[in-house]
Amino acid sequence: MKKLFSALAGALIATPALAQDAPKIDGADTSFMIVATALVLMMTLPGLALFYSGMVRKKNVLATMAQSLIATAVVSLLWIAIAYSLVFSGDGPVIGDTARVLLSGVGIDTVSPLAKRIPEILFMAYQMTFAVITCALVGGSVAERMKFSAFIVFSVVWLFIVYVPSAHWVWGGGFLQKMGLLDFAGGTVVHINAGVAGLVCALVMGNRVGFGRENLSPFDVSLAVVGTGLLWVGWFGFNGGSALGANSRAVFAIVATHLAACSGALVWSGLEWLERGKPSVLGVISGAVAGLGTITPASGYVLPWHGVVIGLIAGGVCYWFCTVAKHKFNYDDTLDVFGVHGVGGIMGTLMAGVFATRAITASDSDPGVAGLLEGDAHQFVVQAIGVGVTIGWCVIGTLISLKIVSLFTSLRVTGDDEREGLDIALHGEALHHQ
Amino acid sequence: MKIITAIIKPFKLDEVRDALLAVDVHGMTTTEVKGYGRQKGHAEIYRGAEYIVSFLPKLQIEIATTDDRVEGVVAAIRKAACTGHIGDGKIFITPLESAIRIRTGEKDEEAL
Repeated sequence: MKKLFSALAGALIATPALAQDAPKIDGADTSFMIVATALVLMMTLPGLALFYSGMVRKKNVLATMAQSLIATAVVSLLWIAIAYSLVFSGDGPVIGDTARVLLSGVGIDTVSPLAKRIPEILFMAYQMTFAVITCALVGGSVAERMKFSAFIVFSVVWLFIVYVPSAHWVWGGGFLQKMGLLDFAGGTVVHINAGVAGLVCALVMGNRVGFGRENLSPFDVSLAVVGTGLLWVGWFGFNGGSALGANSRAVFAIVATHLAACSGALVWSGLEWLERGKPSVLGVISGAVAGLGTITPASGYVLPWHGVVIGLIAGGVCYWFCTVAKHKFNYDDTLDVFGVHGVGGIMGTLMAGVFATRAITASDSDPGVAGLLEGDAHQFVVQAIGVGVTIGWCVIGTLISLKIVSLFTSLRVTGDDEREGLDIALHGEALHHQ
Repeated sequence: MKIITAIIKPFKLDEVRDALLAVDVHGMTTTEVKGYGRQKGHAEIYRGAEYIVSFLPKLQIEIATTDDRVEGVVAAIRKAACTGHIGDGKIFITPLESAIRIRTGEKDEEAL
């Protein structure tokens, strides 16, 4: 086994060496990243839209899909206009610069210093799909009660107050990256931010009418199953693509990702089987998504079997948060954005510091990163600091964002509109007229 | 004349229909209904949230028939709709005062 991994490390050393000599756009890397970009966009549309809308009540299905749709439209335009530049241009400790505003300077042959083998426009588009899904994820915690207009304004404000600085800190040369924080594909930037923001939104907006008393059962779990399938496959682009090229690291990330999803699904449904006597389909898909979210930050730093362990832990801990903690503390995170993504992102980021493996992370210019398992506690401390900073800023930034939104419009629909359902009240449409 | 109202499990409809054809009953009306008896619904659990679904989907069939055929019809429905498990349904028999065929104006037993 050891021989195999040293051979792999050797292969990994060769790739960045080429990139450092002369930035040259590579056809294989470019084609892989085009596919990865499409896969990540597919995660939001239709993946997340189906996953989420299958879990809400029939009267809120279209409104829930509308959140994913509008997040895609709004965030994509803002990303290209300003956000990309603020995240990935310049290397200030807190925020980037405006050199790439409205894609100025992005030409046919320019490359980003962060991804030297693919066109910069592709790197920009790939990162855009991450910003899109992060904002869309937040919508799950406030589904069935947030106003559509409020969600649009929130997406705009929150993108700039929380996502943009956070992504710059972790990926764009900011202080967390300089400190050495590992977040391969967005455990902190995407999942912790979306989960924590979701929890803050749910707490600020209050529980849905009838939460804990009335039947709020899902409209159609089969839609959520289809959505999960699209998310699962899309995650190959999410985590594999974060290697930014068609290389062994991408494949290792994909394999660890798949294994984590499998073990997460088995643990969650197994726990249900033990506790309730029946494994629910919703439990299988919840466990899979928990595994996927949790492996994300670690996916490019760990060995395949680490993915299995991370998925096992994810399935158990996220299960507890979604089925016990939420009811015990009586908060209404509609679709468990915090319980699945937030908790998964936090655990995954910490576990990157446990399982990081030199054989995977080393290159000729970098001796690689070792986690606790290889005897280095330093990386774990860095990961913990990253988690703390991200949670702290996300709580503050989300509260500020909600305050700003409330200056323009109320956050929540009226009680009557909530009872009637958001599809009719907000969109004038409904499923299945009879 | 009597009207026989039976509440049955929806998936038993075809068997009931065949059984009724066998005893020469050629007309019935069905309605999708929801309700519960001793079965008292079932529990559904979604991520730890438990919901009791009291009103289960059932089919209601109505058959108008002559007094002398009531026993045969009831027996046919019972035999075909029975699974032996709780929730198989019920049969109600009520007097029917009159019946009229809209097309011809025939009345009562001639109209059945």
